[in-house]
Amino acid sequence: MCGIVGLFLKDKSLEPKLGAMLSEMLICLTDRGPDSAGIAIYGAATGNEAKITIQSAKPERDFHGLDAELAKAIGAPVSVAVKSTHAVIRTTPDKVDAAREALQSLRPDIRIMGAGEAVEIYKEVGLPEAVVERFGVRSMTGTHGIGHTRMATESAVTTMGAHPFSTGADQCLVHNGSLSNHNNVRRELIREGMKFETENDTEVAAAYLSSKIAHGKNLGEALEGTLSDLDGFFTFVVGTKNGFGVVRDPIACKPAVMAETDQYVAFGSEYRALTKLPGIDNARVWEPEPATVYFWEH
Amino acid sequence: MPATKMSTAKRDQSHARVFDLAELSLRELNQALHQLTPGSNETAWEVLNPKGSHSVAVGVDQPVAIDVRGSVGYYCGGMNAGGAITVHGSAGPGVGENMMSGSIVVKGDASQYAGATGRGGLLVIEGNASSRCGISMKGIDIVVHGNIGHMSAFMAQSGNLVVLGDAGDALGDSIYEARLFVRGKVESLGADCIAKEMRPEHLEFLQGLLDRAGVTGVKPSEFKRYGSARTLYNFNIDNADAY
Repeated sequence: MCGIVGLFLKDKSLEPKLGAMLSEMLICLTDRGPDSAGIAIYGAATGNEAKITIQSAKPERDFHGLDAELAKAIGAPVSVAVKSTHAVIRTTPDKVDAAREALQSLRPDIRIMGAGEAVEIYKEVGLPEAVVERFGVRSMTGTHGIGHTRMATESAVTTMGAHPFSTGADQCLVHNGSLSNHNNVRRELIREGMKFETENDTEVAAAYLSSKIAHGKNLGEALEGTLSDLDGFFTFVVGTKNGFGVVRDPIACKPAVMAETDQYVAFGSEYRALTKLPGIDNARVWEPEPATVYFWEH
Repeated sequence: MPATKMSTAKRDQSHARVFDLAELSLRELNQALHQLTPGSNETAWEVLNPKGSHSVAVGVDQPVAIDVRGSVGYYCGGMNAGGAITVHGSAGPGVGENMMSGSIVVKGDASQYAGATGRGGLLVIEGNASSRCGISMKGIDIVVHGNIGHMSAFMAQSGNLVVLGDAGDALGDSIYEARLFVRGKVESLGADCIAKEMRPEHLEFLQGLLDRAGVTGVKPSEFKRYGSARTLYNFNIDNADAY
């Protein structure tokens, strides 16, 4: 099964409540996937700050003193905000690649969840309620976000097998469904030089999108490509710097409901997830069409 | 084929037993409905705050009227046998799945596989229905005021699917004997599904079904009929190489 939610705010006055709204939406879908949960939350990009979300199995060891060590290594100011097993590193946008490289030697055991000017990604094993609590998602502000609660089918229940998966700067992917040709696609992508952390099918979809974008396609074209190159069932929601996109496979057996009002555009695997949103009773509610790429952006 | 009789339950909801799902559990609602016995005076029910709940009024087996005030999730009215259920909102996947008799009216839209495997009764969707509407239908009558999605009436065996709007791809794929009436355009027909002539008996039958579904201002002559070419009934030895 798995459950997906997405929320894109048009009304700025709701931004302080984004984390709380997304959390409620995701918790609503707990019984679609109790194995692990994750959320990508986007704050307004300022243009003079970049964020790297990292994760560690031993946060006390790995995050201690990291700000000073990393600042010294890259020669730029660095701040590290720790949230349980995750931490958000802030630095100047031109130092992101240098920071990624430096992290490999400074803290070889940490994993990079995602990076960009706007996105922060948090995911862990456990129920959505516990994951939301652990990272304090309810108090987060932002312009838009996506979330996922997982019922594992294709790979182990681990932190790295949870969604969202990063697909590039300020981009990430969540997936409901299962891909049947992911081993083949993974082999092709490995030949191109892409690296994989898990046996997970969605990680392959994320890497596929990253690869297409690296070859000059835009995200819309890369999503179009999934319709012919990925075999299996999928409803994908991708987070972007300015909004989110949705695409469903041509069979479209994985559910998807959208709602739009003057204040927001919302996505849920089920209508249930949307019922607590303000003004939902008068929202335009519809199902996204199969094999059609949608985007909502600022 | 005789039309399935519409439930005769009275629709006077003024003395309805009100069930607020914001306060009571879904299980309490469904248990109360299942405990109804023939001749019960509790013939009118009203369900408040469904908020997308799954399995609302599943397994009703008495001729009672149930008004659901809001949108429901999966499988609303599944296995209905005699109930007259009205959803004053939209319905999630599998509304009226395996309905036996009675009626379900959805005032909004219905998600995928509405009326799947239904054996009898009448399912009316006043908005649009999504993919796989009437998949494997086995005697149910389904009337959709709007459009239906792809793979509708897949392997349909009997019953009638009436669509006032358009039908998506692969309508009636591998259909057995159900009749499909579509007023708008059909994106494509599935394997072994063909257009058939509308004979006087079909026009008369369709008028009766439209009447029972409360559809007005639409003439049976505006519809095209589709059904099985019956070429998949028996294995053709010339196709052996394909397997």
